[in-house]
Amino acid sequence: MGAGARVKARRLGARRPADGRSHAGAWMLAAPLAAVLGVFLVLPILMLIVVSFLDYSSVQILWRFVLGNYADVLLSATTWRTYLHTFEFAAITWAITLFIGFWVAYFLAFEVRGSTWQMGLFLLCSVPFLTSNIIRTISWIPFLGRNGIANAALLRIGLIRHPLGFLLFSDFAVVLAYVHLFTLFMVTPIFNAMMRIDRALIEAAHDAGAGFWRTLLNVILPLSKTGMAIGTIFVVTLVMGDFLTVNIMSGGQSASVGLMIENEISLLQYPAAAANAVILLAIVLLMVGAILRIVDIRKEL
Amino acid sequence: MHEGRSLRFYLLGGFFGLFVLFLYGPIGTIVVLSFQGPGGGLTFPMRGVSLHWFFNLFQPQMVGDFGGSVLRSLLLAVMVMAATVAISLSAGMAMRRRFPGSTLLFTLVIASLIVPSILVSLGIGLVFSQAGIETAWWGSAFGAQLTWTLPFGVLIMFAVFNRFNHSWEEAARDLGASAWQSFRHVVLPIIAPGVVGIALFGFSLSYDEFPRTQMTAGSHNTLPLEIYAMTTNVTTPVVYALGTLTTAFSAVVIVLALSAVAMLRRRRARRA
Repeated sequence: MGAGARVKARRLGARRPADGRSHAGAWMLAAPLAAVLGVFLVLPILMLIVVSFLDYSSVQILWRFVLGNYADVLLSATTWRTYLHTFEFAAITWAITLFIGFWVAYFLAFEVRGSTWQMGLFLLCSVPFLTSNIIRTISWIPFLGRNGIANAALLRIGLIRHPLGFLLFSDFAVVLAYVHLFTLFMVTPIFNAMMRIDRALIEAAHDAGAGFWRTLLNVILPLSKTGMAIGTIFVVTLVMGDFLTVNIMSGGQSASVGLMIENEISLLQYPAAAANAVILLAIVLLMVGAILRIVDIRKEL
Repeated sequence: MHEGRSLRFYLLGGFFGLFVLFLYGPIGTIVVLSFQGPGGGLTFPMRGVSLHWFFNLFQPQMVGDFGGSVLRSLLLAVMVMAATVAISLSAGMAMRRRFPGSTLLFTLVIASLIVPSILVSLGIGLVFSQAGIETAWWGSAFGAQLTWTLPFGVLIMFAVFNRFNHSWEEAARDLGASAWQSFRHVVLPIIAPGVVGIALFGFSLSYDEFPRTQMTAGSHNTLPLEIYAMTTNVTTPVVYALGTLTTAFSAVVIVLALSAVAMLRRRRARRA
């Protein structure tokens, strides 16, 4: 049976009103996944929504419906500033990771020859993902500090006379760490999309007289759009929810939405934290929705 | 291989090289700095070379409950790995065909990946506290980590089954194999490398997980929580020693998993 026929057969199978038994089998196999996500994802998010409407005292949550938590969050200038600052982090990190991710993926997909080298170099890029984020973040400290390697090197070659103070514990350090941690989330989906591009299309473009940039713009870019969209979703949601990196790299001097929620939690103001969390979730879902409207990623999955 | 490389190849190759340096450079420096002499600080210059900070790590007064946290993290990683493999494998088998609810389930899997971790952590913490159940690393944190590892497991299963030739399975069924037999003797050996990949993700992502564990681990810390506490109140290279050890451990796990995948591939190629 050819691939086309098989797909067709499967589609037919999907449309056929299947007997109850085969569905029961599938449900049984999928039940553990559904149970885990139901208990540890859906229920907690419903709980967040409920708690965000509850009153609280300094020691506990009071089961009394209020809108005050949202009023507190939305009417505070600090909240708006913090959100704006987090958007800024997300936008800058997105632009840089997209640029790096695109060219790294392009190099792997189109310049490296042979699948062994391609996969080997891709693994080289993805291994750090399976090591500790905290360690990877703090590993920048000896690099960026006032007496760190970067300053020492710049002083030695005479580019600066005094050590640069902004390298560590600054927004610069935060973005640097984000790019370091999250670029892989761009590389992987873009590389995946590029590997699926039919090489004959590129040859056809060349034969039709298109140069490198023309081919890139009219063939490769449109065909790797889905990969870029998936990468964007990852990077944006990771930055929007982060509190760890911003805390370590800004030395507690910079704010982010995640850190704001984290602070409310440490003050045991759970309903306030929950209201903030629900707003963050709504914003993240809106952003993802907007990306999905621009790019249809379903065919990628 | 020796036909002329373009200038573009070298430019992009250089860019790629810098990217790899950017990825590995910082961790390289803390590995070097973890061998500081006893008088050394958090940055260069090196004041002698010693194993002082590694020994220091194992003295209980330096850090909190370091030994206990390592043990808990390892145990939890094994638990999460086993559960991730079993649940993803089973769901992956089910989701090869559409069934009522399969789209919803898939949406949940993707949602689990993109909902900010801090929300999952806070939400689970609230569910447990309102239900009057104490959070614990083997309970609430175990579930919290699964919401992070399962999407990767399920997506790997999807990728594996996209390339899976169903006629093998059909042949097994035609020859009279039961559902379990065809899974055990036909499907599983073919998808084994993918299963090892899921195990690697399950183990590593759990072992290093921080944000979803933070509010769900209860009174006993896992290793990443311990490390995070150290970064805020330890100002000696002992942090680097810990970073070096735990990164080396992760690297060993990755190498073992990749060797297992390579071995499985080779064995299958030999049989074919």
